[in-house]
Amino acid sequence: MLNKEILQVNHLSKSFGTHQVLKDIDFTVKKGDVTSIIGASGSGKSTLLRCINLLETPTSGEIFFQGEDIRHRKGGASAYRAKVGMVFQSFNLFNNMTVLENCVVGQTKVLKKGKKEAEETAMKFLTKVGMAPYINAKPRQISGGQKQRVAIARALAMNPDVLLFDEPTSALDPEMVGEVLSVMRDLAADGLTMLVVTHEMAFARDVSNRVVFMRDGVIWEDASPEELFSNPQREETKEFLSRFMER
Amino acid sequence: MDKLTQLGSDMVTLWSKYHDMYLDGIANTLILAVVATAIGCLIGFVCGILQTIPYTKSDSVFKRFFLKLIRVLVRVYVEVFRGTPMILQAVFIFFGLPYFTDNALQFTNMWTVSILVVSINTGAYMAESVRGGIISVDPGQTEGAKAIGMNHFQTMLYVILPQALRNILPQIGNNFIINIKDTSVMFIIGFTEFFATHKAVVGASYRYFPSAAIEMIGYLTMTLLASFILRYIEKKMDGSSSYDLAQADALTMAGGTYNHPNRGTPFDERNPEGVKSMLREELRRQAEMEEARQKGRQVEAHQGRHQSTTDSRGE
Repeated sequence: MLNKEILQVNHLSKSFGTHQVLKDIDFTVKKGDVTSIIGASGSGKSTLLRCINLLETPTSGEIFFQGEDIRHRKGGASAYRAKVGMVFQSFNLFNNMTVLENCVVGQTKVLKKGKKEAEETAMKFLTKVGMAPYINAKPRQISGGQKQRVAIARALAMNPDVLLFDEPTSALDPEMVGEVLSVMRDLAADGLTMLVVTHEMAFARDVSNRVVFMRDGVIWEDASPEELFSNPQREETKEFLSRFMER
Repeated sequence: MDKLTQLGSDMVTLWSKYHDMYLDGIANTLILAVVATAIGCLIGFVCGILQTIPYTKSDSVFKRFFLKLIRVLVRVYVEVFRGTPMILQAVFIFFGLPYFTDNALQFTNMWTVSILVVSINTGAYMAESVRGGIISVDPGQTEGAKAIGMNHFQTMLYVILPQALRNILPQIGNNFIINIKDTSVMFIIGFTEFFATHKAVVGASYRYFPSAAIEMIGYLTMTLLASFILRYIEKKMDGSSSYDLAQADALTMAGGTYNHPNRGTPFDERNPEGVKSMLREELRRQAEMEEARQKGRQVEAHQGRHQSTTDSRGE
């Protein structure tokens, strides 16, 4: 199963009005890949992720998921999204539910699992992210880092084939970044296919096996972390990285 | 003062004679207000959901046309029933049905027509409230729900509407209180609610003002009770501000197992023997210090005499 293409993006473009955010993106994700997408703000990283999840409708181009065009897949966008997990910068936990309910509702309502089975699965992943003690808390009662760990557990409980992370640590206080990154590190070690938009260069370098540098809506460079960080091929990549390292 | 006593005795007379009628009126008013507010909320929620079904340019022409048509229809409904007096709506519907069916169809049950009129009137207001409530929920909630594969209906039912409901609960309370009062216009089609009772009592007794005073007190009691109950429901919905840890986490576990380094030593405050011995120790130390100070003073005074004859500190 390894090295099988799980996501394939062909000639993807996205415009908001006259502003073209993504320009003819070609991009594939193989099973087990941990891909980091880096780049300055406004370079189209998040939009790419949101197009892959169909939260944004691409203007043109096509996306294949396990060989099927996602726009013509059985069950429509909802069924597709159930297979592709997403973790947001702003957590987006359901405020009207407890931590446990957050991780159960998708399984019972979307995957039609039984309540008991769903709760067992939820507990498994909540334990994995270290949030098992907090299952009775509401999202407003826990910290940002804890929210994000619950959000990861919620996504994992759906048993996704690929998990997308949209700047998962950007809204966190510095001391909470570590706990989220360490959970993500564990997931990468477990062999989960991950696509991570991030500003955490250390994470991109140490955890991912592939780094994509985006600039002005195009993929500027796409290489292994060793190559990209120690020997960037293009001037712009070098410039971006040096700006980042100075901070 | 005389007048007040007069009013009091008149009210007592009226109440003792007609209290069954008044209580019936109150019961009818409350039942109508509760049922119509509930149905009105339901109408409002349905309209709110229908109005917020999203569509994009890539959707089929038929779907887009259908959704636009729904929005227009809801819009018309809201504007018509929000923009005309309920008393007129009651008359319009009550007499409209037999008019259009040449008396083949008539409202024979006052409850049916009253509930119908008040419900659709409330629904028109609630449709707007619900729409506002849905808009006020963070768009991230919708994205979170979509991201785990929920469709529009599931997203609404499990995530958005529970939060919207909490947000618009004060509005629902408003509508409920307005309905308690405004169902009084249903007397126009012969529904015997609380205000209709007043008219009946006055017709028999000719005591206009005392009966009106009873009505005032009655309505105010109902509305005060309603707002009290609504506040209570709001509080209930917000839930407890604390939560229980399902199991102790690693750090709180340490709380009970930690030993203070002074435990069992004379410095352990929980050890009475230790405290006593510590006190004895402390007293002895103070006595020693006092002794040393006395000695020091003597030495100092002794030296002082040698150094300066104007030293006034000596005893």
